[in-house]
Amino acid sequence: MIGTLDPAGLARLCRAEWGRLLSVLIRDFGDFDLAEEVLQNAFASALVEWTAGLPASPRGWLYSTARHDAIDQLRRRARFVEKQAALADLIGEETPSAEEILEEERSVPDERLRLIFTCCHPALAADAQVALTLRTLCGLTTEEIARAFLVPTTTMAQRLVRAKAKIRGAAIPYRVPSAEELPERLAEVMEVLYLVYNEGHSASQGGALVRGDLCAEAIRLTRQLRALLAQPVPELDALLGLMLLGDARRAARVDCSGELVLLADQDRSRWNRAQIDEGMVLVQAALRGGPAGPYALEAAIAAVHMEASGVDDTDWRQIVGLYDRLLVLHPSPVVALNRAVAVAMAEGPEAALPLVDELETELSDYHLWHAARADLMRRLERRADAVASYRHAHARAQNDVERRFLERRLAELLSAKGK
Amino acid sequence: MQYLLLIYEEENRFASLPKAELNAELAEYRAFGAEYSKAILGGNALKPTRTATTLRVRNGKRLTTDGPFAETKETLGGFYLVEADDLDRALAIAAKIPGARFGSIEVRPIETFS
Repeated sequence: MIGTLDPAGLARLCRAEWGRLLSVLIRDFGDFDLAEEVLQNAFASALVEWTAGLPASPRGWLYSTARHDAIDQLRRRARFVEKQAALADLIGEETPSAEEILEEERSVPDERLRLIFTCCHPALAADAQVALTLRTLCGLTTEEIARAFLVPTTTMAQRLVRAKAKIRGAAIPYRVPSAEELPERLAEVMEVLYLVYNEGHSASQGGALVRGDLCAEAIRLTRQLRALLAQPVPELDALLGLMLLGDARRAARVDCSGELVLLADQDRSRWNRAQIDEGMVLVQAALRGGPAGPYALEAAIAAVHMEASGVDDTDWRQIVGLYDRLLVLHPSPVVALNRAVAVAMAEGPEAALPLVDELETELSDYHLWHAARADLMRRLERRADAVASYRHAHARAQNDVERRFLERRLAELLSAKGK
Repeated sequence: MQYLLLIYEEENRFASLPKAELNAELAEYRAFGAEYSKAILGGNALKPTRTATTLRVRNGKRLTTDGPFAETKETLGGFYLVEADDLDRALAIAAKIPGARFGSIEVRPIETFS
């Protein structure tokens, strides 16, 4: 026995080890629910049994405790269903000694790569993929995930139950895809990771602009995925770089009272330099690794911002050029809107207005389309049009911080009316 | 594990296909059938929905109506029953059905009651 662990320390260990241990237990028993239950039980027992001191290998102890619990449960079930023979090879084991637990520690394999591909399987609904990934790989509780996505816990619990039932019912495999399927499946996994990150980076709803916990989980998972893959994948490097660069600005994106600060007004000394340096290296590596994919281009755009000391010396023409390339690979009205905003910075609002206007049919429900148009109108001194657009944006924004920002802009315009 | 692969397509496309193209597509189906003959347990094309009849029994009474269960743009035009280890294998087979390029394939695991 070495040292002791308080409940907070155990909670940290749980978060750190959950995904890896769960992935092996699912491999061993082929059952998500059973694996989850016995792992939860093992952590609960640890809280009691480790009060005297830590076992030589906490991970090994947790694994063998959970494993024995699962075998026990299957044995009880097997009394009713005649599956004794199938279990014979699992059942023969005695309670392991300390040496065996240490051996177990060394042999606990890492099956998280399989787990990530199962959780992010395209046959599951996108919101279920996100929830299942956070629950099984990150060890977030159902309540925590429900809170992060602002849905009732029961809704989130149902979503998870349905996803696990589909995995079982439709036989979604627990396997790393073959080399030929891998690029497509990896792209789908990256989409889920980016979705988690984006929900953290600019929360679509709720009281806070940034939910740093979701960003941190997305970054942690992306790091894990990079470490687990045998081959380097430039787009994955780019995705991690993109997340690190965006998240590096977190502290500067809201002021001390939690209000939104635009890129132009951010105190760049509050950007996280270490994270920027790490992100820059990844982005450069991704750009050298071959023709730039969509994540590499987005990361390159973020990198151009990072290299400038303010909006005035930002190379907006280069950003427009990068958006042009991104539009070719990934045509989307939101990318076109971002490009138009960069054009406004490079050439002025007159040049950007027709580009924004031509996106109206596709983006008329998107609050940021109205906000971008309002900003152009404001800069063109078309005050009535600006007010109308800010009102449209405000009516569609669901994040409280964004709504307050739009209200301030509106108040400024209205009070300037007489001038 | 068994899966039913349901082929949904716009039947007008099929009806208006020139003879040569129709023959080419039927040849594709035959090639698909030959390639996956080990996995395919059964399957058929269906006659157009104008030949369909929908029936319900309510309070012991038979209600019969002309036409398919639901009037949709894409209709059930055929099916395969396949044996596959898991959903990925079933999806890989479904992706090779010629109709997947024009319509949609719904992949449904077969229920077993023990």
